[in-house]
Amino acid sequence: MNILTLFLIVPVLTVIAILISRTKEQIRVSAAVGMGIQLIQSIYLIFAYLAERSRGNIDVMLFTKTWKWFESMNIQFSIGVDGISVSLIALTGIVIFTGVLTSWHVDYLTKEFFISLIVLSTGVFGFFISLDLFTMFLFFELAVIPMYLLIGIWGSGPKEYAAMKLTLMLMGASALLLVGILGLYVNSVQTGNPEFTFNIVDLSRIDLPIEVQRVFFPMVFVGFGVLGALFPFHTWSPDGHSSAPTAVSMLHAGVLMKMGGYGCLRVAMYLMPDAANEMGWIFIILTTISVVYGAFGAIVQKDLKYINAYSSVSHCGLVLFAILMSDKISSNGAVLQMISHGLMTALFFALIGMIYERTHTRDIRFMGGLMKVLPFLAVCYMIAGFASLGLPGLSGFIAEMNIFVGAFQHSETFYRVATVIVCSSIVITAVYILRVVAALLLGPIKNEEFNFLKDAVWFEKASTVILIIAIAGMGLAPLWLSELISESLNPIIQKLSLLNIY
Amino acid sequence: MTLENLLLMRHELVLSVTALVVLLSELILSKDDTKKVIPLLVFLFLINTVIGFLPAKSGELFGGMYRTTGLIILMKNILNIGVFIVFIQSAGWLKSNVTGFENMGGYFFILISSLIGMDFMISSGDFLMFYIGLELATIPLAALVASEKLKEKSSEAGVKLILNAALSSGILLFGISLLYGTTGSVYFYKVAQGFYYNTLQVLAFMFIFTGIAFKISIVPFHLWTADVYEGAPVNVTSFLSVVSKASAVFILVILLFTVFHSIIDVWNDILYYTAVLTMTIGNLFAIRQQNLKRFLAFSSIAQAGFIPLGIIGGTTLGFSSVIYFLLIYLFSNLGAFGVVAAVSNATGKENMNDYDGFYQTNKALSLVMMLSLFSLAGIPPVAGFFGKFFLFTSAAREGYFLLVFIAVVNATISLYYYLLVVKAMFINKNENPIQKISSDGYMKASLILCTLGIILIGFAGYIFEFINSLTFGVK
Repeated sequence: MNILTLFLIVPVLTVIAILISRTKEQIRVSAAVGMGIQLIQSIYLIFAYLAERSRGNIDVMLFTKTWKWFESMNIQFSIGVDGISVSLIALTGIVIFTGVLTSWHVDYLTKEFFISLIVLSTGVFGFFISLDLFTMFLFFELAVIPMYLLIGIWGSGPKEYAAMKLTLMLMGASALLLVGILGLYVNSVQTGNPEFTFNIVDLSRIDLPIEVQRVFFPMVFVGFGVLGALFPFHTWSPDGHSSAPTAVSMLHAGVLMKMGGYGCLRVAMYLMPDAANEMGWIFIILTTISVVYGAFGAIVQKDLKYINAYSSVSHCGLVLFAILMSDKISSNGAVLQMISHGLMTALFFALIGMIYERTHTRDIRFMGGLMKVLPFLAVCYMIAGFASLGLPGLSGFIAEMNIFVGAFQHSETFYRVATVIVCSSIVITAVYILRVVAALLLGPIKNEEFNFLKDAVWFEKASTVILIIAIAGMGLAPLWLSELISESLNPIIQKLSLLNIY
Repeated sequence: MTLENLLLMRHELVLSVTALVVLLSELILSKDDTKKVIPLLVFLFLINTVIGFLPAKSGELFGGMYRTTGLIILMKNILNIGVFIVFIQSAGWLKSNVTGFENMGGYFFILISSLIGMDFMISSGDFLMFYIGLELATIPLAALVASEKLKEKSSEAGVKLILNAALSSGILLFGISLLYGTTGSVYFYKVAQGFYYNTLQVLAFMFIFTGIAFKISIVPFHLWTADVYEGAPVNVTSFLSVVSKASAVFILVILLFTVFHSIIDVWNDILYYTAVLTMTIGNLFAIRQQNLKRFLAFSSIAQAGFIPLGIIGGTTLGFSSVIYFLLIYLFSNLGAFGVVAAVSNATGKENMNDYDGFYQTNKALSLVMMLSLFSLAGIPPVAGFFGKFFLFTSAAREGYFLLVFIAVVNATISLYYYLLVVKAMFINKNENPIQKISSDGYMKASLILCTLGIILIGFAGYIFEFINSLTFGVK
């Protein structure tokens, strides 16, 4: 049995277990156990992958398995992983497990909540293991649609508006994406490939004509880019994140936005490299705006969730920026940044959720001095903040370092100028992070009622500690992760690198 | 004509027997026992549906006026399944006393006659048989639409339907007469042989297309749809929107692929523009609807707009996609209409804001409704996604990328209004939502059937492969 199929079977079993559970406690426990198994599997997958590689297996994708699905259309159910997807699967495993832990207190329609959450995570896992564009697209939409219910039912604030906006923007993006992948499919009959195919590995062997690439590269890139909060299509993200319940914000900012980056790298850049080199500059401008605009946006916000949502726009913009550089070091940085941002933003949203439950406000103007009453949460928040602004020793540093070093090695002035502009986000990020930390955690307690707040309980501690261990682990020992990724980037960069010396 | 030959008409024969048995059984049953007609009919129709699936031969009868192939049998089976679901959904409505039928047998008899008409229409080998089938399929429906005698809207709908049907069949007949005048025959294969780019013949094609477009409610021939759907009893509406529409699509595709294949570039253009118009207008009007029947009427117009994506280009793969799409559409739409019927029969409420907080009281019904709507919108993992995806793929393979893009954007717009219903049921708060509805066993069975169809048909790849094996070589 293929280990990757387990990633789809376990959620199904979990959902069944939740369906037959009687009490809320049983529901929570079955969700936690199921997602705990997913986490263990995803960690195990890394070691299994490394073992397979060290055995000398040099295929592009490992653990592949293909089933025929719709033969007359040559649509397959095809799965397989490389270093990039393995590390993103591990990220998903961590975030969904901690997400379930932070949702321990969900009381309203508990069963439905956990089922939707697990369906969402199944979409993400399925997306990362897919090698067929059809199944990839299927899982993409599967991950988006439970968001509507999750935000609409369990959200806060203008949740109906936010849920509708998010769903429609992402579905609109998938419209572009669908046309894009159909374009790839229809043009896949070239020399050496007699049959129409959606399979990524087969498609990567084909040299598509540049005219075709010019049409469909922007569609695919924007289609995935919307999910990765590409300017000017990022507007769903702040509204969506701020209205979503805690676990959904975590999953969404932590993992779902990574699907955008992964899709851009794996489908847009990998399969259409000529157009990527030719048209990359347009998107570099857009992502540069994303990075700087997102960071500035975060400065002026007063709601904690909005601050982190804009910060996510900035960080995810950095991911797309690094991918577009088509440089090995910066692409490596991009994948590291996806994981790093996934972990720290999940930590951020988890903490914000916990703080909001206690203070019943997310407005930083009414808060202050939480360090005195909530020392555990406050320290965690500081760690997340430092990771976000790129303090060495935590995950953010190693990712951004790679991105900027790689990007600046580009010989053309345009790319260097863009890199310099993007670099300014480091400073801006420091400004808003320190400002929030100061306003929220330090200083006098502004509200008398805050004196009686209780610090974190066991499930909150568990989820934050897991995330912090992952962040620190990645920051302190980045090499093995970086090697895992960079080796898998080789085939992609080989197709792309026409300009670089590496 | 030997018995073996006669058995080629198996579907129609068994249906006729069923219809007569139901009609006669009412004479035998005493006044108090009339409700026993329902289980009898359900049993008979189930047998009829099963018989339809038995292996059969293809062949011709009456000198080519009637013909049957594996593909045509498949179409008839799809219609049978649809009608079967409609029947078991209408049991609750018939038992309540709002109907104008003193005897339920009449209802079933009329519906089965209409179905027989559709079967003849699909099986027709010449235009006369086609026309007779079409009329037999349409006229009984007007009686059914107007059957709620106490409701003004129902009578209005009946009149609208019969007038529109008369107009459209008049246009159709004119087209047929032009064809006969220019080719000297009404047989499909002879017309196809004598068909070339003659202005008169292209005009004839336009008229025939218009006549059928009325039935499928393609824009701009859709204006009757919303009023009729709203006025008719819910179960009749679901019959109109699923079975009647599917049969018209089937015959349209058969005609386009066999008779009019030589002017493919003419009808490609026509289909292109009508598809864009139908999708867009259906969607934009659906957004504004408050009455769920009207809402589903416009949604079904929009759904009809997707069908030309499979027909355009005239490929067999596209044809398979169309049949597959209709099969999925049948289950999805009947699921949605089933819920609306259950609620409407129990409470008489049909407006969207009546459904606020529906999930608090009726979990199962809300879930069925949500799955059906997601399937209509084309959201994975339910079957609607696969149906739409294959239509898009076959259009893209013919190079119609812009059309595919417009269609996908329309699918996104449609998601908006489907989500409005989901929002009403799951998110909106309501102090006193619709009380718990206890639907009868028939309704439950039908909804379970629809849900199974919605969930399983997409994943079961061999269903599509089976359809594709039959459409191969239609041209």
